[in-house]
Amino acid sequence: MDLAVLEELNAERAARRAVVVVTELGSGRQRLVKAADIAADPLAEQLAEALRTAKSGLLTLGNERLFLAVEVPPPRLVITGAVHIAQALAPMARLAGLDVAIVDPRTAFATPERFPDVEVHAEWPDVVLPRLSIDAYTALAALTHDPKIDDPALIEALARGCFYIGALGSRRTHATRLDRLAEKGVPREALARIHAPIGLDIGAASPAEIAVSIIAEIVGELRRRPAADKRASGQAA
Amino acid sequence: MASGLAGMSTAREDDVLEAAARWRHEGRGVALATVVETWGSAPRPVGSHLVIDEAGSFLGSVSGGCVEGAVVAEAAEVIADGAPRLLEFGVADATAWQVGLSCGGRIAVYVEKLN
Repeated sequence: MDLAVLEELNAERAARRAVVVVTELGSGRQRLVKAADIAADPLAEQLAEALRTAKSGLLTLGNERLFLAVEVPPPRLVITGAVHIAQALAPMARLAGLDVAIVDPRTAFATPERFPDVEVHAEWPDVVLPRLSIDAYTALAALTHDPKIDDPALIEALARGCFYIGALGSRRTHATRLDRLAEKGVPREALARIHAPIGLDIGAASPAEIAVSIIAEIVGELRRRPAADKRASGQAA
Repeated sequence: MASGLAGMSTAREDDVLEAAARWRHEGRGVALATVVETWGSAPRPVGSHLVIDEAGSFLGSVSGGCVEGAVVAEAAEVIADGAPRLLEFGVADATAWQVGLSCGGRIAVYVEKLN
């Protein structure tokens, strides 16, 4: 591999953009294809499929064996609400391999003391989320119960195609939330992507148990990849 | 932006690729090994990386420890002559008795020089 290719690869990874490195195993020839350039590539169909499944693998073309190295951004969890559930959810998510960021404009909640070693932003979601460039490799858990904080985050997450979007609250709270978001112009079919009440139904009672149900639901969306199809076409999950 | 993950002990794949670039900039001879195919219950998924320098220092993993020694040895050759190699390890392979994949799987590892 040329150092220039490797550095381009590292730069794309740092910017949380997906790429595929195509290597001809016979000749050692190599090229890097950015996600944005795949449609124009001779292997467009195969590269798109590799990106969709996020799986690296071999491809045989005539006599040539190619290796497609798919490099997608590491999964990330953004939580609105520096609340009790978040205190349990953040370390669990990190153990499960997700990068974690917490957003809560209430400075009494969003403190480093309550969230040691976690990226905490004591700002409004509509200010900080564009900067975090949340994407299809990001999960959003809205945990504040406060529409002023959760609603803008949910709208941004839906617009950005986050692979998982969950919101805390009872069915009745959620019905009200759906009406509110619809009034703000979010299409009903997009709203169906929100998991609410958040988390798998395991009868969770304590904040830690609710965190378990949420992380399990997120892993389910991450690993059972059919959701990727729906994300790509903007359908409801 | 700080990721907040700097304290994690597990080498993530991006750390491995960043180390590869950094080592090369330091003037070291560097090889990159990548799992390109697995059969059965292989310990590390396709796409996993191991970066090796000319002194035999390495970072990352292609097998959870089973065949790293053999890959590091081959990497020295790759760094010396610049030609990439495709290595296979598995229980059906004679060399496997020496370097052994305890899990019973087989893996193919592509080793290339970083130019």
